[in-house]
Amino acid sequence: MDEKNIYLCRCENFTLKELHDLLDSGITSMEEIKRLSRGTMGPCQGKTCRDLIAKEIANYLNKDMSEIDMPTYRAPVKPVKLGEIAGGNKNA
Amino acid sequence: MLHTEIAIIGGGPAGMCAAIAAAGQGARVTLFDRGKKLGGQLVKQTHRFFGSEKEYAGIRGIDIAKILCDEVEKNKLIDVKTDTTILAIYNDGVITYEEGKNYKRITSEKTIIATGASEKMLLFENNDLPGVYGAGAVQTLMNEHGIVPGNKVLMIGAGNIGLIVSYQLMQAGVKVEAIIDASPNIGGYLVHASKVKRLGVPILTSHTIKRALGKESVEGAVICELDEKWQPVSGTEKELDVDVICLAVGLSPQSELLRHTGCEVKYVPGLGGYVPMRDGNLQTTVNGIYVAGDTAEVEEASSAMVEGTIAGLSAAESLGYGKNISELKKSFISDLDSLRSGAVGEKIRSGIQKLGC
Repeated sequence: MDEKNIYLCRCENFTLKELHDLLDSGITSMEEIKRLSRGTMGPCQGKTCRDLIAKEIANYLNKDMSEIDMPTYRAPVKPVKLGEIAGGNKNA
Repeated sequence: MLHTEIAIIGGGPAGMCAAIAAAGQGARVTLFDRGKKLGGQLVKQTHRFFGSEKEYAGIRGIDIAKILCDEVEKNKLIDVKTDTTILAIYNDGVITYEEGKNYKRITSEKTIIATGASEKMLLFENNDLPGVYGAGAVQTLMNEHGIVPGNKVLMIGAGNIGLIVSYQLMQAGVKVEAIIDASPNIGGYLVHASKVKRLGVPILTSHTIKRALGKESVEGAVICELDEKWQPVSGTEKELDVDVICLAVGLSPQSELLRHTGCEVKYVPGLGGYVPMRDGNLQTTVNGIYVAGDTAEVEEASSAMVEGTIAGLSAAESLGYGKNISELKKSFISDLDSLRSGAVGEKIRSGIQKLGC
């Protein structure tokens, strides 16, 4: 199986091979993996890959999904232009 | 800043029913949906629904959307904001949203989150090739925009979505080469499975996809058999000549906004993943925040409509509206129980039991 061509996060081009390399190097926290790989940080904000990455980490560590340190969800839930926010005061 | 009594996020079956129920008791409601039109996933459901008459059994999803939409629109207590995406719920009660291209804010007494679910993805080689679609995306393309995704399809997942979308593809003149499922059993209703089987589509259980073939886009797929331990059986690889790989491998509750509120969630695979703890009123562990529909647990539209009604009634009741709401609610709670009865509802029943509420 060619893990180089198996994509976990299509927004940020994060592959299964890259995840396994991180895990093999001893980095097993999902928070750290997110920051290093940018996985879950693309336009879809992790809708597709969050669970896939967490499940893969859980399998690797032989843990339950619920034990994985899922990153927090931050506002806003979708990309929005700064200009729109700057003009938002008119509604205050 | 705007203010509303009940903010309802998501204008699908759950959100529309919540709005109708709450406004029916006299509450002022603002209903948000990111789409141009209300209806959520109902607008692409061209098949007739099952279930009981009260939940519109025998009517096509798209027509149910129209019925609910008309009811929402004629109710003066419901302010509808379409083409509007909620961006965040802050802990001081401020909800921010993007309406068209404008960034705005609103506060609410109560909030019902009915944001639905998103499609799950599968890991296999070349899963980023154009031609790999989610089944919901295929439905949007075909049933909303009148565009077929390709000519020959491999459907992955023999649950109801996989079976129904396969049938819809065939109605649109697209060939479905095979439906495969990793499980040894067909997950969907037998009537749907029989219908596609009669039309000559093989349903291969205990099968999975190994890789997609192709350079610029999907030109084929390699599938293989799985043993009792769900491991690939060597020598069973088979190449299929397809240009579309359609994934119907489940849904994940869209819980970002729920997470902003800080409500307690629990991982329950049978309910779709991380789902919120809730009481009988569908209120989460955060006071005033309710859930309904696939965000609460991945199920189907009939139960989403009943949950929406329960959440809408509860939110209105907590604001002091209505008289005999608890009696009314009881009847909907028993409807929900009957929708979840029998073998079909087993997964949901045991999931909700695991949730411990």
